[in-house]
Amino acid sequence: MQTVMAFVVGALYAAGLYLMMRRSIFKLIIGLALLSHGSNLFLFLMGYLTRGGPPITPPEAVRPVAPFADPLPQALILTAIVIGFGVQAFAVVLIRRAHETLGTDDLDKMQSTDVD
Amino acid sequence: MKVLLLLPLLIPLLTAIISLLVWDRRLQRIFGVIGMAGLLGSAVGLLRTVCKEGIQAVQVGGWPAPFGITLVADVFAAIMVVMAGLMGLAVMVYSLTSMDKRRESFGYYPLTHIMLMGVCGSFLTGDIFNLYVWFEVMLIASFVLTELGSEKAQLEGAIKYVTLNLVSSALFLTAVGVLYGMVGTLNMADLANQLAKVKPSGLVTTASMLFFLAFGIKAAVFPLFFWLPASYHTPPVSVSAIFAALLTKVGVYALIRVFSLLFTGQTAATHGLILAVAGLTMATGVLGAVAQNDFRRLLSFHIVSQIGYMIMGLGLFTPLGLAGSIFHIVHNMLAKTNLFLISGVVHRVKGTYQLSSLGGLSRSSPGLAILFLVSAFSLAGMPPLSGFWSKLILVQAGLQAREYTIVAVALVVSLLTLYSMTKIWNEVFWKTDPAEGEQEPAKTDSFGEAESSLALLAPIVVIGCLIVSIGLAAQPVFALFEKAAHQLMNPAEYIRAVLGELP
Repeated sequence: MQTVMAFVVGALYAAGLYLMMRRSIFKLIIGLALLSHGSNLFLFLMGYLTRGGPPITPPEAVRPVAPFADPLPQALILTAIVIGFGVQAFAVVLIRRAHETLGTDDLDKMQSTDVD
Repeated sequence: MKVLLLLPLLIPLLTAIISLLVWDRRLQRIFGVIGMAGLLGSAVGLLRTVCKEGIQAVQVGGWPAPFGITLVADVFAAIMVVMAGLMGLAVMVYSLTSMDKRRESFGYYPLTHIMLMGVCGSFLTGDIFNLYVWFEVMLIASFVLTELGSEKAQLEGAIKYVTLNLVSSALFLTAVGVLYGMVGTLNMADLANQLAKVKPSGLVTTASMLFFLAFGIKAAVFPLFFWLPASYHTPPVSVSAIFAALLTKVGVYALIRVFSLLFTGQTAATHGLILAVAGLTMATGVLGAVAQNDFRRLLSFHIVSQIGYMIMGLGLFTPLGLAGSIFHIVHNMLAKTNLFLISGVVHRVKGTYQLSSLGGLSRSSPGLAILFLVSAFSLAGMPPLSGFWSKLILVQAGLQAREYTIVAVALVVSLLTLYSMTKIWNEVFWKTDPAEGEQEPAKTDSFGEAESSLALLAPIVVIGCLIVSIGLAAQPVFALFEKAAHQLMNPAEYIRAVLGELP
């Protein structure tokens, strides 16, 4: 399972970066979303996948029973997902506004700030 | 005095909440100035405490060190918070008259406070994931500030700015993942301990390079700086000024923190790379600036160029080099913000940023011309202004470390900086006004009200005085920076302050 997930993470990064290099701003946003999903999943994998081992300490013990799932990466990606959601919502509104104002969705035509 | 560590976060947050609740422009302005002054006051208090009693740490929520989130302030972090407060206050006073009604009524003031909170949080946190969260707080506020007003150029700039910063955030998150998978901790002091025990391997190098990329994009180093000159000149000048003062410096701060505390195992490779990047950043930035004909775009390229000097000291990785870096960060925040603010005043008087259509300001407003000269010569490194000393220290550190190439680059770039500053001087202030003799209705209304020009000029005069006084009293200031550099080079004190006497 670990190996499969590693390939999934790689595919998400690759797809995200590929879409970001296209010219359309719509694909740019999809690419950004995939990239952030990729890094979230990567963070999750870094705690290693453990099935059916909740990190609960039995009443008489001081630490949870040996193979238990690391709760910290899950807490981290929860934070990262919430932040990513907010930022992507902003980005979607931004490209809609940009498309309305600039009248194009082609990134190659958005050069007025690079030349004076 | 643990509360002093929390105040730089709580004051901007409270001010932002109050500004959102009252939602009245006039009250927001008053609260804005009070809040920024409070931030500056608490930051100065923090710096004094840190200097007197050593590194301060707070375990938020009472969770002991490696498990909970820690806030830490060493001298370096405290200096940066003071500078953030100072720049925040200066820009806030400046925007009282320069910000237009529309942007004010769409929440310019609360957003600025939130951004300041993110900046101070990034300086004070002692937890690598928490640093990510503060970065995002700062970024989201800055995204809205770049876009606020929705002018055509702003939207274009904002798309570039948002995209590159989100890529950098994804890389940062990945780097945190690699670190956590390797040593299983997120507390920076604990990470430093654990990484010292790990043998240098490909994984450590991968993590360090991911951090370098992520912070490098935010700090705008070569070859990752292209978003900066494409976006920094698009928003109103007070937004540009606060961005120039703080945002890239947060990236530099994170670079210095991570590469002085965590990744010190393979300094030959990592810091050698940083040194090479520093030289290239200086050179490409200043060469880009030479080709520009717009006041603010020219200054944007100089931001990039100056970032090179800041990480040069980190690349040398000697106490003197780091002290030089910190000196340069402080000096650059003052000089660069002031230049942006002056460009705003010039725009108000003349109605354009194009160098070719400006001119004659040395006769019509000689005071402004002198203020520009002070900041511009300081940026170029003329004695006795602040920029001279920071560059002198960096060059001295470079010579001591026998890195002659970087010293040569730094000196040549310094000359080119002087060239581009004299170019602005000639075009904007010295040459005769191309529009002279014609009817100029725009010129008369500019300095109409005495109080409006006072709020515009007061921050510029105060920062100008600071530049001169740092230049004239370089020794006591340098002693402070040396202390900060000493703490960075000897992380044991930092680790002890966070983790207690344990390891």
